[in-house]
Amino acid sequence: MKLTLKIWRQESPEDKGRLVSYEMDGVAEDTSFLELLDILNQRLIKKGEHPVTFDHDCREGICGSCGFMISGIAHGPQKLTTTCQLFMRQFKDGDTIVAEPFRSRAFPVIKDLVVDRSALDKIVQAGGFISARTGSGPDGNAIPISKEKADRSMDAAACIGCGACVAACPNGSAMLFTAAKISHLGLLPQGQPERKQRALRMVAKMQELGFGACSNHGECEAVCPKGISIDFIARLNRDYMVASALETVEPVKKV
Amino acid sequence: MARAMTFYSTTVGKKVVMAATGVLLVLFIVGHMLGNLQIFEGPERLNAYAHFLKSTGELLWGVRIVMLAAIILHILAAAQITIANWKARPIGYAMKKDVETGYAARTMIVSGPLILLYVIYHLMMFTFLQTPQGLSDTDVYGNVVKAFQQPGISAVYIVALLVLGFHLYHGIWSMLQTLGVNHPKYNRLRRIGACVLAVLIAAGYLSIPVSVLLGIVH
Ligand code: FES
Repeated sequence: MKLTLKIWRQESPEDKGRLVSYEMDGVAEDTSFLELLDILNQRLIKKGEHPVTFDHDCREGICGSCGFMISGIAHGPQKLTTTCQLFMRQFKDGDTIVAEPFRSRAFPVIKDLVVDRSALDKIVQAGGFISARTGSGPDGNAIPISKEKADRSMDAAACIGCGACVAACPNGSAMLFTAAKISHLGLLPQGQPERKQRALRMVAKMQELGFGACSNHGECEAVCPKGISIDFIARLNRDYMVASALETVEPVKKV
Repeated sequence: MARAMTFYSTTVGKKVVMAATGVLLVLFIVGHMLGNLQIFEGPERLNAYAHFLKSTGELLWGVRIVMLAAIILHILAAAQITIANWKARPIGYAMKKDVETGYAARTMIVSGPLILLYVIYHLMMFTFLQTPQGLSDTDVYGNVVKAFQQPGISAVYIVALLVLGFHLYHGIWSMLQTLGVNHPKYNRLRRIGACVLAVLIAAGYLSIPVSVLLGIVH
């Protein structure tokens, strides 16, 4: 098949950047999006041009490294799919595809399609952990957890931190990400001791990093490759309200 | 107080304030509609109701002050959040598609100010009687009929109520979500409920100018 790619090219964080068109001919239907960029890059390297820079690692939809906007949708048109798992059979011969980096004040562009998503790590560092003794692992089933709770916690823990939620949100909000991180711990007994501080710290960090507010558009859930539900956002709101009523934020103690 | 300010300093806190004041405003809107619908029971009934409201004195002022505070907080939080949201994406997309969100949700920041303008105009006309139609202080029924018999006033009212309907359609579901009112079993009901309530409110209010224009209420 024949495709026209319009790709965001930006040399450095300071460069203004622009969309550049590339004609791709004879593309096989079972080429993944990243493989398509690999093919393009080989061509560019041969011509002595700079290859298109993009993030990737596992290429099997589990690590959260890859991701950019594909014709206006984070990770492209297929639901529940990361960019690396998106194949050309999702497109038609003759299509024009626009590839742009995720955009948010908290995600500055580094080069081409690569953005700095360390803001998400900072939110996790602010409170997305539990304090537990190190040593040998606890005995299995020593702490009873209901199936329903375990399942919901796993649903939240499925977040791979790709940042598509932030990119898709009209407000550039990181609420779905933060809600998933707060919930997968908050649903389990091990997450209870720090539950209130976690909500206060992570929400405050999110604020400090310049993410927008949640307007309940639901765009994040729609593009999330792991299908994380906005129910977790309601849960975050509850945790934050309760925590604000009962406690004030304390700095993280290092021991 | 310091804790309340810290709470409000985050976008989540501001949204909670917007949602909580939204609940008050929805309650008021429903109450006001039920009061207004008494117009269908004739002049005596509506005028007696209006007289009763005025006779409650302090209570009436209490409600007015609470509503005024709710409106101010609602608008303040909305304005601050909107500015924060604009700042959160300084460079926009060359191409962006909406997958899930709808017209009502995307235009809250337009429908909100339009409703405010309408509320001011509405209070000028029916509460402060500042419009030149020669409205009476005691005959509420007559005022309503006289006003709505003018197609211009009815048209403004109808447009304003349709805008309100759109605002509530997203607003009611959104305030439940923001206040953390959710349960896997009832989540679908929140969207449906918001839609039904928005339609009922718009229809309830709109029935009055339409009935006046058609000559059913005169
Ligand atoms: S490269 Fe790992 S999820 Fe796509």
